[in-house]
Amino acid sequence: MKYVDEFRDGELAATLAVAIAREADTGRDYAFMEFCGGHTHAISRYGVTDLLPANVRMIHGPGCPVCVLPVGRIDMAIGLALARPEVIICTYGDCLRVPASGGLSMLKAKARGADIRMVYSAADALALAQANLGREVVFFAIGFETTTPPTALVLRAAREQGLGNFSVICNHVLTPSAISSILESPEVRRLGTVPLDGFVGPAHVSTVIGSRPYEFFAEEYRKPVVIAGFEPLDVMQAIRMLIRQVNQGRAEVENEFSRAVSREGNLKAQALVAETFELRRSFEWRGLREVPYSALRIRPPFARWDAETRFDLTYQPVPDNKACECGAILRGVRRPTDCKLFGTVCTPENPMGSCMVSSEGACAAHYNYGRFRDVPLKVETMETST
Amino acid sequence: MSVVKPGYVRPLDVRQGCIDMGHGAGGRAMAQLIGELFAPAFCNAYLDRGDDAAVLPALADGERLVMATDAHVISPLFFPGGDIGCLSVHGTINDLVVMGARPLYLAAAFVLEEGFPLADLKRIVESMAAASREAGVPVVTGDTKVVERGKGDGVFITTTGVGALAVGCELSGANARPGDVVLVSGTVGDHGMAIMAQRESLAFDAEIRSDTAALHGLAEAMRAAAPGLRVLRDPTRGGLATTLNEIAAQSGVGMELLESAIPVLPQVDAACELLGLDPLYVANEGKLVAVCPESEADGLLAAMRAHPLGASAARIGVITEDANRFVQVRTGFGGRRMVDWLSGEQLPRIC
Repeated sequence: MKYVDEFRDGELAATLAVAIAREADTGRDYAFMEFCGGHTHAISRYGVTDLLPANVRMIHGPGCPVCVLPVGRIDMAIGLALARPEVIICTYGDCLRVPASGGLSMLKAKARGADIRMVYSAADALALAQANLGREVVFFAIGFETTTPPTALVLRAAREQGLGNFSVICNHVLTPSAISSILESPEVRRLGTVPLDGFVGPAHVSTVIGSRPYEFFAEEYRKPVVIAGFEPLDVMQAIRMLIRQVNQGRAEVENEFSRAVSREGNLKAQALVAETFELRRSFEWRGLREVPYSALRIRPPFARWDAETRFDLTYQPVPDNKACECGAILRGVRRPTDCKLFGTVCTPENPMGSCMVSSEGACAAHYNYGRFRDVPLKVETMETST
Repeated sequence: MSVVKPGYVRPLDVRQGCIDMGHGAGGRAMAQLIGELFAPAFCNAYLDRGDDAAVLPALADGERLVMATDAHVISPLFFPGGDIGCLSVHGTINDLVVMGARPLYLAAAFVLEEGFPLADLKRIVESMAAASREAGVPVVTGDTKVVERGKGDGVFITTTGVGALAVGCELSGANARPGDVVLVSGTVGDHGMAIMAQRESLAFDAEIRSDTAALHGLAEAMRAAAPGLRVLRDPTRGGLATTLNEIAAQSGVGMELLESAIPVLPQVDAACELLGLDPLYVANEGKLVAVCPESEADGLLAAMRAHPLGASAARIGVITEDANRFVQVRTGFGGRRMVDWLSGEQLPRIC
């Protein structure tokens, strides 16, 4: 595949691995957090950790939209769909399997008769409303800054068309607030509890918000940030750049993903989002608890298309399973294998916590791709030929 | 009775007509549907007797009966490279083939939805009949039911197949042993992505076609080339990854694959990339996975490549000793990862 395979080239990766090993100081450890689920997925899918020296550790951050979605928000959608048969809830695929209260998930609620459907885009949700004028179509919108502009677009289109049977439950959250929350958490602030030497910055999110918002973290918290694309070579190059910054005592925002990210970002998308959404005073994140000014809600001029207003929905927080370590895992305090539930009662088929739901979640990525590392390896390297 | 055309019955209107509840009621309408649409298409000595069941000849001495059944609920019904009709023939034949059996007969049951166009039904039945003729496996008995509008989705087809297993042929997913070689008969993910591209209206310069095919010819060539063949499987739903995990679990072994050796068409790769899917988990309907002893691997690969349905066959990995039964892959990038069981539903209604 042109323009893709170049960023997955094994030979280049081997060269980079040698360079990283040469530059990493054997006298110290490095711990970097990749914020985005997309990076977590790339690291696990391509086995990037096998190419890193033992003293470079990657911490999987909270940048997986379904992982940080609190149970109460899903309960809200399920409750609405079960209570009102005229409602069709539609959302992105991964959302359907997130465990909710009462042993339910959207998928299980669907089996009990709730009309819940999977869509691939916000535009699909709008089309569903246009095709079902006799029904109430509610788009359960999730995601970071990347998926927010498409939601803004359909809200605007619904208003322009006067589409009365379409509304949105807005769960859009903001990356910079989550990074602040991690940097402000006692584990990270109390030096040594969780070593965190820098961030691999988001790829797609940064195409929208630009690289400028990270400058504050680099400066204020003295943490280097390298924005990287979602391909495995991008990730390795970013790690190399982070190691260099650490070695040289720098804490700057660098942009490895310059083919798509500018300092200012996508101004048109930013304007669209600002026109449609406003900040919530506070929003609950799974794993990070309440984070101030970390999410968006629909602005009053669009209230008619805000499902929370339209159906008078109220949010009920739900505590996580006591044994579930998702919160600590999302903050980098624990690893998936530190959790008693991991791989026993909590598996991708039967997720207890949110990190096990999406393949971008730290637990599911480790379970699906990396579980073999937990057992001693007996296998010798294989040679095959075609 | 008309004196103009005595005995005349107005034929089925296959151009404009639709299935109605009468076509499943057991009366004259059903007899007409069978007589004008199904019987002429499938026409063979067993079916033509019109009895409730087919009476079949005895097997040769020592041969054992093999039986398989498969329900088909695919959406859309027509897709590049095939349709539900030929798919329902190939699917069941291939289930017999992977046991090493010679497919002999098929039975077919149709669940039709009220309002389903007769023209579509005719097209499906004719495709099914052509597939059965081509494979030399007749449909010897069948059944038709009609459900009310909204209670089905056009047409569901269940086919059951019977085959004969020669003396000494003992293929099973439980036979893989450490040191054995794993091969696949061609590019993976074609069928699933053909369906998905159609559903999502994805247009590519190079069309993605389903690989649906009956594989008894290929399997026969493979068994002849590698008498020690241990496992044969068709990686349908859940794709290659699922099939390999099934074999690992059944045999109590692990696997070590080389990602770059697994053949994937560039357009399938691109479509998967676009939709965020992994081709290893995407369904195939015309591919075989084989496990054989190392000593026979080269001969087996040559025989596969010599067959038109195995032209892009490849050796993709080895069986390892592993109490955890993990299927692992060395990525093209140079790292390692597991290829785990599929969790959840990647592509619904794919066959």
